[in-house]
Amino acid sequence: MGQMIKVGMADLKVCKAPDNLTTIGLGSCIGIALYDPSTKITGLAHIMLPDSTAIRNNSHIAKFADTGIQKLFDDMIKAGANKARIVAKIAGGAKMFELAGGNATAINVGERNAIASKAKLKQLGIKLLAEDTGLNYGRTVEIYSEDGSFLIKSVGKPEKKI
Amino acid sequence: MSEMSFDEINEKYFDVLKEIGNIGAGNATTAIANMLNLRMDMSVPNVELMEVESIGTAIGSEEQIVVGIMLGVETDINGSMMYLMDIPSAHHLVNRLMMRDPEYNEDFDEMDLSALKEIGNIISSAYLSALSGLTKLTITPTVPYISIDMAAAILSVPAIQFGMVGDKALLINTKIGDDMGINGYFILMPEGDSYEKILVSLGLPV
Repeated sequence: MGQMIKVGMADLKVCKAPDNLTTIGLGSCIGIALYDPSTKITGLAHIMLPDSTAIRNNSHIAKFADTGIQKLFDDMIKAGANKARIVAKIAGGAKMFELAGGNATAINVGERNAIASKAKLKQLGIKLLAEDTGLNYGRTVEIYSEDGSFLIKSVGKPEKKI
Repeated sequence: MSEMSFDEINEKYFDVLKEIGNIGAGNATTAIANMLNLRMDMSVPNVELMEVESIGTAIGSEEQIVVGIMLGVETDINGSMMYLMDIPSAHHLVNRLMMRDPEYNEDFDEMDLSALKEIGNIISSAYLSALSGLTKLTITPTVPYISIDMAAAILSVPAIQFGMVGDKALLINTKIGDDMGINGYFILMPEGDSYEKILVSLGLPV
């Protein structure tokens, strides 16, 4: 058994089998797992916001879906992953509070994160194999380099493997 | 309009923001003590300016289950605020409010959740009314919403809110003691130029 390596908020990491990656407590953020089954090179990003171009203060690459996924993809290739074989699974993007009115933009950021992540994956030609996004609860995810399985844990709910 | 970034404002006026936090939290404590008829001693709040990425661990482990109550802030300033507490504190407050056995710790039912929202509402309103009194700004809270989940997941909401304008978030920790300590956290999330408005109304150059 390899190590379970932790990826923080606005953070991304790449590992090789037998190591695995996890990120804890995704709320409105999205966890994007990339996996190359031929080399078992695995990557995980924990992004917070959809679009780096919409914000002035955007030097932090791993904070945004567009720049974060790009960097994760580049790092995977650098680590030896086969570009054409990389597939993706994503989770998170919840709406933690049902706040209405003027705060809607901030609150719907989960949904916008999911849309932006999928758009970036599509742009890079990465196939999205599975997703578990939206709803109103937090998720802890683990991506296993052995078979690319993506485990999702939530409070008071059975574990889910996608 | 300000030339300073949100992070620069936070750093420059940290002491002012801290003082606002102190007064707000003091007001909130008095409100909750009155409601529950408790004698409450409040320790001096601990105000922290932290990196957005580390906010998930601000109140303990990322996976620790906490109660988060969030409400919108309107009128002269816009934004939202959140009050967070750990599960034992939430049980303690609800049990006091419902006049139940203090040891009762079954899962929260609908009644309990509604009581928690009300507690969150009172605490937040008292906090905002202190802010309003200091700044002479009209600040109206909206209906509160509640979430009980992993700390990191709940805190992703303020992290994102602050993340849109900078890399730092301001967190105020208060420990309210009676026989059992109530550990709570306030996070005020002003939007747009609301921060400047608060500082300007306090007579500070921004």
